[in-house]
Amino acid sequence: MAELTYRDAVARGIAQEMERDNDVVFLGEDIGKAGGVFKATVGLYEKFGPLRVRDTPISEQAILGAAMGAAMTGLKPIAEIMFSDFFAVCFDYIANEFPKSRYMTNGQVKCPLVVRTGNGAGSRFGAQHSQSIENWAMMIPGLKVVAPSTPLDVIGLMAAAVRDPDPVIFFEHKSLYATKGEVPDGEIVDTLGTAKIVRPGKDATILALALMVPRALEAAERLKAEHGIDVEVIDLRSLVPLDTQTVLASVARTHRLFTVEENPRLCGWGAELVSIVADEAFYDLDGPPVRITTPHIPLPAADILEDLALPNAERIADRVRRSLEG
Amino acid sequence: MARKPAAMDDAAQRNSPNDDIGEALRLKLYRMQVELREAEQRAFDLFLQNLVKGTSHLSLGQEAIAAGFGVAMKPGDLSFCTYRGHAHTLARGVPVEKVLGELMQRDNGLMRGKGGSMHLTSVEHGVMGSYAIIGAHLPIACGAAWRAQYKGDKDVSVCFFGDGTTNIGAFHEALNFAVVWKLPVVFVCENNLYMEYTPIGDVTAVEHPAADRASAYGLPRIVIDGNDADEVYRAAMKAFEIARAGNGPSLIECMTYRHSGHSRADPAKYRPEGELEKWKERDPIKIYRERLKQFGVGDDVIEKINAEVMQVVNDATEACKAAPMPSLDILTTDVYADGGWAWRN
Repeated sequence: MAELTYRDAVARGIAQEMERDNDVVFLGEDIGKAGGVFKATVGLYEKFGPLRVRDTPISEQAILGAAMGAAMTGLKPIAEIMFSDFFAVCFDYIANEFPKSRYMTNGQVKCPLVVRTGNGAGSRFGAQHSQSIENWAMMIPGLKVVAPSTPLDVIGLMAAAVRDPDPVIFFEHKSLYATKGEVPDGEIVDTLGTAKIVRPGKDATILALALMVPRALEAAERLKAEHGIDVEVIDLRSLVPLDTQTVLASVARTHRLFTVEENPRLCGWGAELVSIVADEAFYDLDGPPVRITTPHIPLPAADILEDLALPNAERIADRVRRSLEG
Repeated sequence: MARKPAAMDDAAQRNSPNDDIGEALRLKLYRMQVELREAEQRAFDLFLQNLVKGTSHLSLGQEAIAAGFGVAMKPGDLSFCTYRGHAHTLARGVPVEKVLGELMQRDNGLMRGKGGSMHLTSVEHGVMGSYAIIGAHLPIACGAAWRAQYKGDKDVSVCFFGDGTTNIGAFHEALNFAVVWKLPVVFVCENNLYMEYTPIGDVTAVEHPAADRASAYGLPRIVIDGNDADEVYRAAMKAFEIARAGNGPSLIECMTYRHSGHSRADPAKYRPEGELEKWKERDPIKIYRERLKQFGVGDDVIEKINAEVMQVVNDATEACKAAPMPSLDILTTDVYADGGWAWRN
């Protein structure tokens, strides 16, 4: 058991899989000699060498295209897109190419690859380097989508993603890189499509993802301490496959549903979950489901504005309390 | 309009008695071109009967390129084609029936109707897909070449694309990438003078849209007569030798002309009068038939090949007409590796 940062967990997760399987290769901008712009891949180049850890030019289409070509012919590439906002310059591969190739070819082509990317706000980088874009990936049939919130989950879900036979988008939250957590020694392998109840409770269910998980947990502690409200917090961890059974079972116990989403409001993942619960567990609910999201705006750079935009513990707690009291 | 390469008018070269290719290979090149022509002509006829649905992009008149490369490629080499990819798919030995079946959206098609004309794929023949988003497959071919390099395999990835592709970003990203990583990939530009409906010269900064960009990536400028299968074959073999020796990528611009419009919706009225007729005089199959005669191949041998190919295409057509439509249960298969489409529990 050791305490590890989320940042170091990325390198450990990749190293675990590269040690296990020589077909796992890693490519991206500044990932090798420089150790990554977020220092999340330090040591991999030295450990695995330039043939397996390859620095690329600033060519996002070439990075994802090459990852796909390598995946469909037998390698298991991990590709880094430095900021998830850059998905927009290589979206053809994410939307049209690797998720559809298996279906279009009636199962002939396989694309076992992982695209890992720095997602989310908190770094005061402004509207093009701060977005939370899980829904861009979630809407595409053929992709799997994960977003871990702890160092342990980073390693376990990375292993699951690399070993998965389908293309997986792996969202790392930039504001979580410095956070720490306990991680056991030895190999860690998790399962895609499994949500985790990170705080049991009986009065309401809060669904959260990535950076919103610690914020929802903080809100839960406040609600308990200040108002005696006992909420259950679920870390979804994986949007595709989506563990709806854990969510539906929780709502059946608590009878209230809240989502906490970092994405701008329209078409956020919470909308899909609210729709599922409304459709399948309507009579379990004692009140309307509530989505707590970033407003539908581009993100500002100034810290006081960015902080105002994202859901925080205070806002989450306040919204839950008003709903339950109302 | 792009300038004709010098070799196109060089009758002396074409008539050279120096036969480096040999009769067996020549007959193979001829048969292949005739098969591509007849299969695509049949696809067009089947449109008119409403038996081929959706869109389709024919490469009638461009057969020498797919045939030249197809014959030069070895088993294990990989093809990456465009939405105009019927010919390149057939040229790797994929049965005509499998291609026509896919165009006719039948259960016997290459992908049982799930892909259609623009996405022909046959992994068992090394056809790693036909890509309908312009330029997308150039980086993908780089990735396949990277795998070969990483594994120490000697196979080459061959990526076919049109002149219009040279103006999209992925073309430039892929060329730089391939050179920097010294990848065993061969980029084949089929310059048929038109990007869809617009003359390529009207929208491109250089005369030869692929070859004139080669020097920007440290590659030699190669322009060949894409209507002469021998020239194509020779250029392919040279590029493959470079790639297999570990000396990196090549970019070859093949001058050609498509006899039909961009797609089946296009009557190609934008072409100047007489242009098509002029290029039909340089029809690759016509050129090659003359070539065979120059090398002493008799009319009877040529007619026998023609008849055999026609029989193959006729048999394939009948098999496709008799084949059932795809079963409805495949609507949701193979979205994910477990064979299904489940995104939730």
